[in-house]
Amino acid sequence: MSGTIFDISKSGRSAKAQMPKGVNEKHNIPKNYLRKDKPLLPEVSELQVVRHYTNLSRKNFSIDTQFYPLGSCTMKYNPRGVHRLAFLEGFLNHHPLSLDENSQGFMACAYELQEILKVVTGMRGVSLTPMAGAQGEFAGVAMIRAYHELRGDTLRDEIIVPDAAHGTNPATAAQCGYKVIEIPTGPDGNVDIEALRKIAGPKTAGIMLTNPSTLGVFDQNIQEIAKTIHSVGGLLYYDGANLNAILGKVRPGDMGFDVMHINLHKTFATPHGGGGPGGGPVAVSERLVPFLPTPIVGKTETGFRWLTKEQCPQSIGRLSAFMGNAGIILRAYMYARLLGQEGMIRIAEYATLNANYLLTKLRKAGFTPAYPKRLASHEFIITLKNEARDLHINALDVAKRLLDYGFHAPTMYFPLLVPECLLIEPTETESKEVLDAFADTMIKILEEAKTNPELLKNAPHHLPVRRLDEVKAARELDLVYNPQLPSDV
Amino acid sequence: MTNIPKKLFYSATHEWVRKDEDVLTIGITDHAQTMLGDLVYVELPEPETGFETGQECAVIESVKAAADIYCPISGEIVEVNEELLQNPQVINQDPYGKGWLFRLRPFENDFTNKLLNADQYTKQVASEAH
Amino acid sequence: MPFIPHTKEDTKAMLETIGVSSMADLFKEIPSALQTANLSNLAPQLNESELSRLMHERANLDNHLTCFIGAGAYQHHIPAAVWEVTSRGEFLTAYTPYQAEASQGTLQLLYEFQTMMAGLMALDVSNASLYDGASALAEAILMAARHERKAETHKVLLPRTIHPLYREVVKAIVGQHDHIELIEIDFDLKTGQTTLEKISGDRFTALVIPQPNFFGVLEDTDELTDWIHKKNGLAIAVVNPLAMSLLKPPGLWGEKGADIACGEGQPLGIPLAAGGPYYGFLCCRQDLVRQMPGRIVGRTVDAEGKQGFVLTLQAREQHIRRAKANSNICTNQGLLVTASTIYMSLMGPEGLRLTALASHQNTVFLQEKLSKLSGVNIIFNSPLFHELVIKIKQPVDEVIQKLAKFKIQAGFALQKYYPELGNCLLICVTETKTKEDIEFFTKKLKEVIDQPVTTRAET
Repeated sequence: MSGTIFDISKSGRSAKAQMPKGVNEKHNIPKNYLRKDKPLLPEVSELQVVRHYTNLSRKNFSIDTQFYPLGSCTMKYNPRGVHRLAFLEGFLNHHPLSLDENSQGFMACAYELQEILKVVTGMRGVSLTPMAGAQGEFAGVAMIRAYHELRGDTLRDEIIVPDAAHGTNPATAAQCGYKVIEIPTGPDGNVDIEALRKIAGPKTAGIMLTNPSTLGVFDQNIQEIAKTIHSVGGLLYYDGANLNAILGKVRPGDMGFDVMHINLHKTFATPHGGGGPGGGPVAVSERLVPFLPTPIVGKTETGFRWLTKEQCPQSIGRLSAFMGNAGIILRAYMYARLLGQEGMIRIAEYATLNANYLLTKLRKAGFTPAYPKRLASHEFIITLKNEARDLHINALDVAKRLLDYGFHAPTMYFPLLVPECLLIEPTETESKEVLDAFADTMIKILEEAKTNPELLKNAPHHLPVRRLDEVKAARELDLVYNPQLPSDV
Repeated sequence: MTNIPKKLFYSATHEWVRKDEDVLTIGITDHAQTMLGDLVYVELPEPETGFETGQECAVIESVKAAADIYCPISGEIVEVNEELLQNPQVINQDPYGKGWLFRLRPFENDFTNKLLNADQYTKQVASEAH
Repeated sequence: MPFIPHTKEDTKAMLETIGVSSMADLFKEIPSALQTANLSNLAPQLNESELSRLMHERANLDNHLTCFIGAGAYQHHIPAAVWEVTSRGEFLTAYTPYQAEASQGTLQLLYEFQTMMAGLMALDVSNASLYDGASALAEAILMAARHERKAETHKVLLPRTIHPLYREVVKAIVGQHDHIELIEIDFDLKTGQTTLEKISGDRFTALVIPQPNFFGVLEDTDELTDWIHKKNGLAIAVVNPLAMSLLKPPGLWGEKGADIACGEGQPLGIPLAAGGPYYGFLCCRQDLVRQMPGRIVGRTVDAEGKQGFVLTLQAREQHIRRAKANSNICTNQGLLVTASTIYMSLMGPEGLRLTALASHQNTVFLQEKLSKLSGVNIIFNSPLFHELVIKIKQPVDEVIQKLAKFKIQAGFALQKYYPELGNCLLICVTETKTKEDIEFFTKKLKEVIDQPVTTRAET
């Protein structure tokens, strides 16, 4: 088994083909500005590096190798062609501070993506710069704040967030200086509209919603919610995490939302990369257009131009040194072009078909849906509270056993209000055969839970490591390799 | 079944309170430590700081959860249990003994009517479990 | 239907299993008034071959010039193996390592990355990355404010020698926190170094210290670090990580070392790529680790006592702490960190140092060449890393335009952000430039500035 890269390091070894040539020791740097020690970096050959990291990669589950039904994360196929074309020399070696006239290729793609996102969201303005969903949320709430402040409406200090929301929603509202007011969810998975009417008022700056919600159901009262919030002078934020459920069918702008972000790494199939880069463009209704973060690509008679604070003086400002995750913007643009008009409308349909099909199969096999009376959106929740009570098997055990069968586990224990839950999102790019195999495996695991629960309790059995001790990791922090304490090899 | 000693007082937010002469010793209940799981980190208030009733004054963390500790009675911190900073698991092992969090001098003498007794707290825990 | 595998028979069978008669029935809970998305403004779909042709055309529009622009994004050699291995599907298409047992590849790699960054910075710990250098600086400032919990307001000193676009980002992000005041500090026009002369007051939360600074100038980081420590504030380093293989790292600045170090990871194996995706790094002293935002990986053991890796200290984060989290950050820049970790492994301590040294030597070579040209002034007399500032008599924007005709990207004009540096150009020379490139640059610059001015500059 492999140790760390540091365990195979040997002083004096290097990847010689990569070394700069003709360098001597001359420099104009005063001695007391110089580094005296050798930093702890591995000294290894090129083959050693390639082999070490190739072998590490094989310890990962990924979309390319496994079904990955991680709810709320939209783990759909990431087209290879798109990744390859983003590496074209003209894009790759393009300095972000190049003259506009030398940047027309990238700017054309970015401009067109802005336009495509306006069409699919029903919004009036788009800025592509936020580098992840959470940064898009930050931009959105900062715009809500700027909008109220410009109108002198400064007493609004509350943002309403459902109890089922992603943690980023309340965290973002707090980062922007707002008090977070939680609203409960009704038994049907919709926002409790009576509670909302009581909470909404002159202190309400806005509400942050995901629709379909994190519970995997579409809130039918959305127009009523929008009316309630708008009538007290608040604005509506749409968390685009679940946009894949309605892409090409329903537009947040038509539901009454004023501002939203789009997760390019979910809905627009850009690679998740082991936890990023993401992409979190924001789209807004007419009244928030002046506040969009910069830079934005504008179009003139002589070509595309960057719009920055000079052209957008009311902007909430800049969120990245340059143009956000430009290469991700490029990939999302290419994906949108591969879908086109015809493909875009199919996304929501087939994502929803797959979710409802898998939900039906699991329900028929005896699993308990969290909202049995509702249709699934692009994802759905199974609760294992009965199994936990009767068989002493919890969601974690089932998740870990799924890994043994070569399936990535669904999202566990989120949303927090459904006990022992698994949030399952198959996405539109998975075939019926894969869904059938997953359902069969879930049935098999349920059987194991009855006959041999230790198989679940001690899972996984067939992965590079067994269940890991997170308590030890947190109590005895070991965050960097210490050469004095060799790892096990 | 969870351990709820008769001689202590309790808050609705799962802190316990014991009166020793003129100071109060405060910790979290056995029920609370079971719900949180293995604790990995504790953040304690600084001595000589004053807190209002219900004000957040400490934080405890497990790997999956973080809980704020609310000051059950207004008062000034006189001592904190420094051992917990190194060994937070002591709270799991002995929540009513070595796992105490801090001691405070209350601002008012008559506080017991603001807290729950063991029977009341037992009922609350039972109702939370549905 | 690109990427949708369903045959007509599949769809029919699946609808039957669900017990509905059509696709539309799956959406019957959504009010029909809302099912009105009109996509007629979208172009028809392309296949991959058509897309490839379009993208080649677009890529060719973005001219292949010889790049002498730095200003926060640097062109360096990237070994082929870096992106070959990074592009493996198992790295490319995995997500955040929530299921640790099925993510040991990403987790171990992040642990190795944390070790390398902490080593480069000579600090105790590193997180698993943030979005970019500018937002990492904003997060470092927020960390310093959280550390100083008792104070009601926080004053943070932000020198004008910090990248002007970083300062814009800091303003946008930290500006949402009403209790943090950002105070700009000026620089010395002769040395280009940050000057503390005009600072009054003696209570500051933090001083941000760049190395090198935006002008490519080396700061006296020992002095700056000791100064802020005497004021009981934190020293926040914002550094070029490549340079730290050659220069004194933040953890060793002054008597006690900087407390936090952050910056842009792009020079370590990430292509220029029109500005992103890059990644921000963030390192600190051990006792500040709980103030850190973003993912952190720790080493532990499995049920059989075997080494393994997990996400740790998660109780700081938004998915547990919600409104009380120390940031709203969810993703890191995992893929870029993968590339950077492989890059640092291939280059090793010596490769990084040689790359830094070669870049420095090339810049000094250009400096010597330019200092002999009449009409060109090297305006700062301080030691530099791999960028330098020149002042010319001609309108700088016009000179940049003219040099572009010779396929030279001459540099970054400073006057927009520094009115006192009119017609000044910030030029960067990395190890990717040859002696011939530098001589060609010098020759063409001379030709251009020897020409009479043809048009009036607009600014």
